Amino acid sequence: MADTTQEHTHGGDTAPGDSREELLSSLKAYVIGLALAIILTATSFWAAGTHVLWQPGVPIGLAVLAVAQMGVHLVFFLHITTGPDNTNNVLALAFGVLIVFLVVAGSLWIMANLSANMMPLEMMDLHHQR
Amino acid sequence: MTATTLGGHEPPHTHHGMPASASAAGPAPKRIIIAYGFWLFLLSDIVMFSAFFATFAVLGKATAGGPTGAELFDARNVAVETALLLFSSFSCGMMSLAMDARHRGTFYLGAAITFILGLGFLVLEMREFADMVARGATADRSAFLSGFFTLVGCHGAHVAVGLLWLAVMVAQVADKGWRATVLHRLMCFSLFWHALDIIWVALFTIVYLMGAR
Repeated sequence: MADTTQEHTHGGDTAPGDSREELLSSLKAYVIGLALAIILTATSFWAAGTHVLWQPGVPIGLAVLAVAQMGVHLVFFLHITTGPDNTNNVLALAFGVLIVFLVVAGSLWIMANLSANMMPLEMMDLHHQR
Repeated sequence: MTATTLGGHEPPHTHHGMPASASAAGPAPKRIIIAYGFWLFLLSDIVMFSAFFATFAVLGKATAGGPTGAELFDARNVAVETALLLFSSFSCGMMSLAMDARHRGTFYLGAAITFILGLGFLVLEMREFADMVARGATADRSAFLSGFFTLVGCHGAHVAVGLLWLAVMVAQVADKGWRATVLHRLMCFSLFWHALDIIWVALFTIVYLMGAR
């Protein structure tokens, strides 16, 4: 913070209380977030590659790890918190998650249903040959 | 544009002469409002990605006799890509902290590291794509590969746009200094860059880790 040129004069747009301690606690949040993200990522890659684990359970475990890591990124990197400034952001996020869930789960459900009710391919080929 | 219109620290009753009862804390600072608007854009972008994710999930096994994910994906390459993007997200955070402290040297260093790591990610991804195409795994080979290239390519395109944006922001800081508008754009950039990393978490889990099983 040695540059005391004109830059400090129009610094009215900073987050409230940009003191040294404030910066240090933000830095700590980023470091914690990075450490958690590294642990979760490493666990994901290990779980996907190993044969030690019960195989049918691995995809569910991977999904849980991914959701946890996205939560870590949201809190520690994007600073989506429960603070009063953040109420609108959290509500918008909840709505976004709802839409994402509807799109992904809805597509999978409809398409699985459709393919279950479809004529098997071999029968379709016979149909065309006649 | 003066500091008083943006700060939000002043007592509410002095703000535009409005009575203090209009709202408990007065109008929200511009910084908060801009972040909210950009957050809405990011969520709409995530909804768009969810459609690509749904497409990939539906078509993931439709390989039409062509190469499967297990044959094509190289876990080591994906791990390096993931690490590059994660550390670039972290250095982007350091860049925002340097911005908060109005510390130009650290800001330029953080921006340079973020750019190099992001570029490294993009180079690895392009090499992976080129390698797949060379092995005959092009987007028109199977529904699985169409879904793969659309989803992963769209994320890569976002990273490329982010790199361009970062370069423009560094030029703006060098040219205009810490103006309020520049600070707002930098805040939006860091939100964008962190959001790309969140999408990558879903992407490497669903496409590469689950898709290679």
